Amino acid sequence: MSTTILVADRVSQRFGGIQAVNDVSFALKEGEIVALIGPNGAGKTTLVNMMTGVRRPTEGHVRFQGEDVTAQRPFEAARRGIARTFQIVQPFPRMSVLENVAAGALFGGALPSVADALAAAREQLEFMELAPFADRPASALTLAGRKRLELAKSMAMQPKLLLLDEVNAGLNSGEIDGALALIRKIAARGVTILIIEHLMKVVLSLASRVLVLHHGQLIAEGDAAEIVKDRRVIEAYLGEKFARRIAAGGAIERPHG
Amino acid sequence: MSRRLQYIIFVLWVLALATTPFWATNYIVRLAITIAMYTSLALSWNFIGGFTGYPSFSTAAFFGLGCYAGAVSQRHGVPMVLAWIVATFFVGAFATGLGAIILRMRGHYFAIASIAVVEVVRLVVSSWGSLTGGGDGLNLPLLTGGPNAVARIFLLVMIAIMVIVFVVTALVDRSRLGFGLRCIQQNEDAADMVGVDTTRYKVAAYTLSALFCGTVGAAYASWIGYIEPSDSFSIIMTVKVPVMCLLGGPGTMLGPVIGTAAFTLLEEVFWANFLDYNRAILGAVIVVLIFFLPGGLLALSWRDLVKRFAFRPQKAST
Repeated sequence: MSTTILVADRVSQRFGGIQAVNDVSFALKEGEIVALIGPNGAGKTTLVNMMTGVRRPTEGHVRFQGEDVTAQRPFEAARRGIARTFQIVQPFPRMSVLENVAAGALFGGALPSVADALAAAREQLEFMELAPFADRPASALTLAGRKRLELAKSMAMQPKLLLLDEVNAGLNSGEIDGALALIRKIAARGVTILIIEHLMKVVLSLASRVLVLHHGQLIAEGDAAEIVKDRRVIEAYLGEKFARRIAAGGAIERPHG
Repeated sequence: MSRRLQYIIFVLWVLALATTPFWATNYIVRLAITIAMYTSLALSWNFIGGFTGYPSFSTAAFFGLGCYAGAVSQRHGVPMVLAWIVATFFVGAFATGLGAIILRMRGHYFAIASIAVVEVVRLVVSSWGSLTGGGDGLNLPLLTGGPNAVARIFLLVMIAIMVIVFVVTALVDRSRLGFGLRCIQQNEDAADMVGVDTTRYKVAAYTLSALFCGTVGAAYASWIGYIEPSDSFSIIMTVKVPVMCLLGGPGTMLGPVIGTAAFTLLEEVFWANFLDYNRAILGAVIVVLIFFLPGGLLALSWRDLVKRFAFRPQKAST
């Protein structure tokens, strides 16, 4: 029996005349990995911003562990146990890798002292296989390294829910395999994960459930293997014409066996 | 530079300043008072400008308010030392309230707002004649005992304030607050995301940057015995103090101390030798130093400098 950890209840976000997210509702259960997919500009990042207090929904509510957190500020979200990574990495560039992670442990993980935070950060770097880089400045890491650092920083906050915004964007296939293994390791610790992703390889191999966002609306939700065959999803990604052609040719619709 | 070395250098510097009456002329003693005073101001600015990375130009506002809070209290019969404490907390409270408003701005906008504060406070003080004496200024009761004895007392007072600010700096540097301020300095959004309550931290830093400026201002007023608005709220001071801190090394413990000493001594040299052009030369020196030493004097690696100029045989490749 798993309990619900996060609920988005009919949330909307308007920027002037643009409806970035429109009346979206979903729920995440404790311990599951859910993927959030959709074409560019679908409103995925905006949705994550509303879950973490970066933007307040213009309508609707967000509940975390039964508590209404719609009006929370980002640092409050962090202390509650909602951690996120950014599509564009956000390190503290002139701090060492160790200090970056310690910042997460100290403030998000609410450890009592800087020394405790540094110790916790060392453990976290071990877990994330970043230990050899502990004393390098964050700005000296490769992109893959910085993405991993971003993960380590989030994990040091001892989150209950982790929102990953395109952690694999810009990585080569070898690096992606490494990141996949890492995300599995994190999930094994019981952290609920919502992952924004473009790569179907990642979505299919990780997520038990997929949410599809298009033009700010939730157009489909369900099992990963089912969702890739959903006509609306194909339409959203490839356009109506291709969706019809695929349906006619049966390239994807063809049943297994 | 290791923490320990910084402490040692600071202690030696304090001893050098404190003993000036025994081995130097009155001119040097007066210079030592000025250095101790500006060191406290630069160390204060370091909290907001160095650790937090917010370019604040409010120093003169805090200093001037401290002058007036101390002077007005003393004229209403508050004993001198108590008046300094009153000034400290008055200025601290002023900065807390003000910070909650102007720290919502970032970068250039914050800088402009903070500099405007100096002008606004100066105008209010000049216009409020019934309390502050307006443009005529205020006289304070002078200490008895002759100029030399008074100079010695205020030398020790200014050094004591400097030591207190340094100790607070050292405490903040190792604490959760200092860590959080550094996070804000490097990436404020990321700091927010890892759980730093950025607004509260910034207000704390701004308050710390004001608190001891108030003490210094009140002590200065008691020392000089006469204050007036254009001296207390000088725009030169509001620029000079950040430059001192930047020159030494912002965000470090010893940087503001070294920077203030270097700056004051340079200023004296140019003042003595080039009476007409001293400000122009000083300006050029500042530009050069900030251009070539963005991290301040403390960031210089002396070992690298020595290596660069020393003969080094080429490494044989294997």
